[in-house]
Amino acid sequence: MGGEYKVAQMQSGAEGKLSLPALLERNATQFGNSPAYREKEFGIWQCWTWAEAAKEIEALALGFINLGVNRGDFIAIAGRNRPYLYWAMVAAQSVGAVPVPIYQDSNAEEIGYVLSHCGARFIVVGDQEQVDKVIEVKDQLPNFEHLLYLDPRGLRKYDHTQLHEFSHVQDQGRAACDELMPELNRRREELTYDSTCVMLYTSGTTGKPKGVVLSNRNIIESAKNASEFDNLGLNDEILAYLPLAWVGDFIFSVGQAYWTGFCTNCPESTETMMTDLREIGPTYYFAPPRVFETQLTNVMIRMEDAGKLKKNMFDYFLAHAKKVGGKILDGKPVSAFDRLKYKLGHGLVYGPLKDTLGFGRVRVGYTAGEAMGPEIFDFYRSLGINLKQLYGQTEATVFITVHPDGEVYSDTVGVPAPDVEIRIDDNGEIHYRSPGTFVEYYNNPESTASTKDADGWVATGDAGFFDDATGQLRIIDRAKDVGKLVNGSMFAPKYVENKLKFYPDILEAVLFGKGQDHCVAFINIDLTAVGNWAERNNIAYASYQELAGHPKVLQSIREHVSTVNESVAQDPMLSGCQVHRFVVLHKELDADDGEMTRTRKVRRRIIEEKYADIIAALYDGSDRISTATEVTYEDGRKGEITATLDISDARVVPVAVQKVAAE
Amino acid sequence: MKDMEQGYVTEDGRKIGGVVMEMKNITLRFGGVVAIQDISFDIREGEIRAIIGPNGAGKSSMLNVISGFYVPQEGEVWFHGAKRPKLRPYEVAQQGIARTFQNIALFEGMSVLDNVMTGRLSYMKSGMVAQALWKGKAEAEEVANREVAEKVIDFLEIQHIRKTPVGRLPYGLKKRVELARALAAEPKILLLDEPMAGMNVEEKEDMSRFILDVNDEFGTTICLIEHDMGVVMDLSDRVVVMDYGKKIGDGTPEEVRNNQDVIDAYLGVSND
Repeated sequence: MGGEYKVAQMQSGAEGKLSLPALLERNATQFGNSPAYREKEFGIWQCWTWAEAAKEIEALALGFINLGVNRGDFIAIAGRNRPYLYWAMVAAQSVGAVPVPIYQDSNAEEIGYVLSHCGARFIVVGDQEQVDKVIEVKDQLPNFEHLLYLDPRGLRKYDHTQLHEFSHVQDQGRAACDELMPELNRRREELTYDSTCVMLYTSGTTGKPKGVVLSNRNIIESAKNASEFDNLGLNDEILAYLPLAWVGDFIFSVGQAYWTGFCTNCPESTETMMTDLREIGPTYYFAPPRVFETQLTNVMIRMEDAGKLKKNMFDYFLAHAKKVGGKILDGKPVSAFDRLKYKLGHGLVYGPLKDTLGFGRVRVGYTAGEAMGPEIFDFYRSLGINLKQLYGQTEATVFITVHPDGEVYSDTVGVPAPDVEIRIDDNGEIHYRSPGTFVEYYNNPESTASTKDADGWVATGDAGFFDDATGQLRIIDRAKDVGKLVNGSMFAPKYVENKLKFYPDILEAVLFGKGQDHCVAFINIDLTAVGNWAERNNIAYASYQELAGHPKVLQSIREHVSTVNESVAQDPMLSGCQVHRFVVLHKELDADDGEMTRTRKVRRRIIEEKYADIIAALYDGSDRISTATEVTYEDGRKGEITATLDISDARVVPVAVQKVAAE
Repeated sequence: MKDMEQGYVTEDGRKIGGVVMEMKNITLRFGGVVAIQDISFDIREGEIRAIIGPNGAGKSSMLNVISGFYVPQEGEVWFHGAKRPKLRPYEVAQQGIARTFQNIALFEGMSVLDNVMTGRLSYMKSGMVAQALWKGKAEAEEVANREVAEKVIDFLEIQHIRKTPVGRLPYGLKKRVELARALAAEPKILLLDEPMAGMNVEEKEDMSRFILDVNDEFGTTICLIEHDMGVVMDLSDRVVVMDYGKKIGDGTPEEVRNNQDVIDAYLGVSND
């Protein structure tokens, strides 16, 4: 495979003409019979080769022209990961339009903002749910003209003047092939390395989402560098299950897939993702920490229910893996006896476990999007899964730093990715410059100018430093979130939150303390884990709220917090971040309530404002607080829940005040 | 608004056809107990017809008469313009009538897929030996039937539990699997016995959605029993109201809601 595919890349022509549609053409000729897309439907994995995919995309592109898509138009795309929607992206590029993937779980208002901001004339969606949202905001979209949908279910009675079934548009494209083909060829010819490849909206941790414009150069250079860095090739497999609108999914499932020609597999539905993962057994896998956390929680819950023999075996070998697994993976010296024992453990525990998780064949695994708790990270590595961290952002076309194989540390995010330059300014903020550096924020020259300077350096908004021992970059936190306590010691909330989230029964934690004399925390329990525990201990509960306030739950959370405090106290720089008091929240932090982004990152400022009464109570020493919180249901209706929350004290380890280093 | 002979078009654009099934003066007794007393009504092609009534009104008995499980002592069931003879349950199924049960009747130890496949039983023509050997016609037949079963699984969004034994599923999903099995038979008439009993609001909304979608996508005639008035009124085209074995109302949800007898039966009558 290796040789042939290198040659293929060489032949891809002059760099000036390189674009994703050009790579598609190359793939269709060079490895036309290799699988390009798979999707499980009706219980069977349906497959399209590169040659077939190219035909489908061409038909859709012709259909687009037929519908009146012009050069430079924006085509919004929303839905779950399906080959058809990926085709829509490349078909849009083929006709000179710009694909704008949007988060499928956004509510109508959020979708409306994005659609009106880019002035999308055409929208491609998955099903009725998305169609309904677009119709709801249609009046605010003066540019909107046509909407294409995949699944006709429930849409039969809708007014079809602006609605079209995806396959019909393709049919019309095929029918008009003779007439429109010259135009399509002309438009494909016009694409250059610098034409816009895609526009992705940032998740908006702070403020309104911004449209990040990425060129073919950004995407292809990044995809090429990353593929070479990890030796990805034609025979690799990935599972595409992360939101289409996330830059990571675009670079993995489109950029790298088109560069190397590997196959993108789409799950049957969101709920079947774990089963599909296992059936496909991807060799290249990526997931935000949340997914790994959930999987770990599920494993631990299931082991709690397992028989004594199995449970003991699991615990014994997992302890051994923790000791030597990571070292073996990194190729460090380990005694022959330990190696043998690890082999035995692989046969009995690690192998079957990896297979169950769907990681049996993973050669390269990445976690990105957010920092991951070291305990969770080490757990997966100790099983022999080559899980690495990657630090990146939309504006960099993902890659800023990556862990090289064999040099993986849980508290660093690796070395600069190929062709990326990094510099840390006096305030500790990380800046980078790379071929992946975005072109601009769409229609927002002020933000573009304040983020990217004239020399192409981009400020990440994250604070970090190069670790002396490893030479790798270590992220402290969002630069805006990092601060100091009154006594001068450093406050970096993410670090402590990740430690807390390692416990299966803690889903989310939010730490406060900037400008205060000590830290306090909000905690969300994990309903799956705690519910299971309650069931086993015959604890009855009627609601999330009741379970979250149960004295026994509070007791076990208090133990976790105290243990975390001990571990935080070990770190000389961050020992001031110990949690003195905490409260277990009566509701889950939710994107629908604006408390998190759609990528499930905590929005601190909003939480701080919304729950100001609880924070005040945490600091004024009261034992309980009555509060009322507004909640938004999935369909947009609003309600209110009231609760009286117990405030708990945690044990803290006394430490001498340290001076803040590296800031 | 409606030409009762030829059918009509509903406000939301669905076509309702002529009468497919007609109950004529049905009386059903169990010993001395009169479960159903002289009830007549019809079911039209493509409509959602509800039978409602308080507990013990005789709704389930009525459904069992429609499905041919009970044979009434008096009265006739007319199907497609002809009087229906006494039938065995499998013969009813072959006529294109499928049903679900009030107290879920699934094979608990079998997977969801296998349960749904049992709905295809009347379409399987090859013998037991051929099926066991998985040879020739039996294989082609299984593939074809599996395809239908998978479409139903996709339609009802239960892909994630395809291989899960039914016994391990929560109640709401079992109800959905039962609907799936009934749909797998590709029925012309679907009888649902309290499809939403014991469900929470969200599950009820889901189930209502599925019922409407089934009617809409496949044009299936649906006759359902329900005692949740709100659900029935939103869902059905026409409603029969029963009380103590008698029919006390019949008409559109609007008509039934304003019927004094129905109000009395549901809210009770004061004695003064």
